[in-house]
Amino acid sequence: MLTLLFDGIAYGMLLFVLAVGLAVTLGLMNFINLAHGAFAMAGGYITVLLMNRLGVPFLVCLPLAFLGAALLGALLEPLLYRRMYAKPHLDQVLFSIGLVFIAITAVDYVVGSMQQNITLPGWLQGRFDISWVGVGKYRLFIIVVCALLTLALQAVLTRTRFGAQLRASVDDPRVAGGLGLNVNRIFLLTFAVGSGLAGLGGALGAEVLGLDPSFPLKFMIYFLIVCSVGGTTTITGPLLAALLLGIADVAGKYYVPKLGAFIVYTLMIVILMLRPQGLFARAGGGK
Amino acid sequence: MSAAAGLKHDARWRWWEGALLLALVLSWLLLPGQALLLNEIAILALFAVSLDLILGYAGIVSLGHAAFFGLGAYAAALFAKLVMPDPWVGMVVAVALTAALGAVCSLLILRGSDLTRLMVTLGIASILYELANKLDWLTGGADGLQGVAMGPLRTPFGALDFDLSGRTAYAYTLLVLIVCLLLARRLVHSPFGFSLQALRDNRLRAASIGLSVNARLVAVYTVAAAIAGAAGALLAQTSGFASLDVFDFHRSAEVLLVLVIGGTGYLYGGIFGAIVFKLLHDAVSAWTPQYWNFWLGVFLVVLVMVGREKLIRPRTWFKRS
Repeated sequence: MLTLLFDGIAYGMLLFVLAVGLAVTLGLMNFINLAHGAFAMAGGYITVLLMNRLGVPFLVCLPLAFLGAALLGALLEPLLYRRMYAKPHLDQVLFSIGLVFIAITAVDYVVGSMQQNITLPGWLQGRFDISWVGVGKYRLFIIVVCALLTLALQAVLTRTRFGAQLRASVDDPRVAGGLGLNVNRIFLLTFAVGSGLAGLGGALGAEVLGLDPSFPLKFMIYFLIVCSVGGTTTITGPLLAALLLGIADVAGKYYVPKLGAFIVYTLMIVILMLRPQGLFARAGGGK
Repeated sequence: MSAAAGLKHDARWRWWEGALLLALVLSWLLLPGQALLLNEIAILALFAVSLDLILGYAGIVSLGHAAFFGLGAYAAALFAKLVMPDPWVGMVVAVALTAALGAVCSLLILRGSDLTRLMVTLGIASILYELANKLDWLTGGADGLQGVAMGPLRTPFGALDFDLSGRTAYAYTLLVLIVCLLLARRLVHSPFGFSLQALRDNRLRAASIGLSVNARLVAVYTVAAAIAGAAGALLAQTSGFASLDVFDFHRSAEVLLVLVIGGTGYLYGGIFGAIVFKLLHDAVSAWTPQYWNFWLGVFLVVLVMVGREKLIRPRTWFKRS
């Protein structure tokens, strides 16, 4: 029971790191980016290829996955994404579906369509048994890393000058621009960091979630759930939504495997019916 | 010109509408060897027309339209297998079921932003996918529903069997397509259709001149779901098979693309889009079967980059916007 809760939390933290970049894109530019999972997949594949083909240690791969995905994001944002912000949602959806299809087939072509496995270093395998609760070492590692990242993110957003600029741009890009903030640059940076975090999440999750070319489609709906249920105006909203989703999914699959994903989807629809702006949106917030 | 006269003027038959319907009928007479491909095109076209009703006329972005297509397919296939193999009755049952599902789902898309609607439609399609997957004693699960034997098509000219050449199937599909088109045409040229466009363009303003926005959305969503269900039923009945991929996300994305290629908001976009899309698909698949999705993706990105409305208006290609 507690083991399930623990696994659910680990899963939820992972989902949060994967989806937080998407929350920013949605909140900042009101842009529906269905291709967010492609960045996560990029991070995952960087890790897998570096570890299995070049023998790079796991801990070195994680920052590299972050950098690789961030670089990809920094490249695509000014090239493609920036032109999409002002377009209608239908165009954004079509555009990002297109990107997903390209990413899936490109990876399929380069690496192949089989599921990729990574071998964790010895000190991350196995589990502790604290009284009668089994705690997977790797799950614990994920929770610690993700919690540190969350704290760091929260600190950057609330304590630093850049955080203040970003929040100003989220609330009203036009006024922020009028005050002399370079909204484009702020957004480029944020997009890159968001993509990087997705890449890191993909690298961390390669062992837990599984990694194959259909990754962006398989988890697209999960990322979107985190953002739409959590609301995009705060960082705690998506975090709580991700934890809720993680726990519900793990518990649901354990107790009623027949129902599987129903619980998650039904829960999402019910929540969105009651609170269309998300569970934790600020009053009057949202568009 | 009075308002009523204006409506009449807009609703009059154009020459190309008649020509299109004539071409559809002629395709059955003149291209008997291509009936199987034409049948697929016509089913896709009908599916896209149903999406046009909610996307082009009511402005609802849906990522889960395959839910209704899939339900129609499974309903028709199961009905034929378990109750009776008559295609007409099966069609009516499938359409009624999907209309009921559409009416229920329409209540869920009334609130919230585009993102909420996207998520809800996507969620409904995913739930149905999971249902079809998990209820394997009924639907065959991941193997698909096998052993569906369709009865002959009862017509005034006698009972026609669905044969391998696909000519009976294509005639049946064409008939359903044309009937649905005429119905949809009547609908969008009615005052109801115009009020839909009004609320698509500005929902707040439409509500404040006294249009009941929610009732209209429920109505059009139900009709669109029913037509999508008819398309799904056609697929199941003419192929004698239903599998999980009718609910797949790919199918929802594909029909969006088909509609966008043909252009939204004038009802015939789905037909032109389906023709272009299927021919393109056949050509690319023959050349590189495995990587069709890649070129589909590139096509989507480029299409949105240059502006999708330009595709159907060639004379704007060389003008600066």
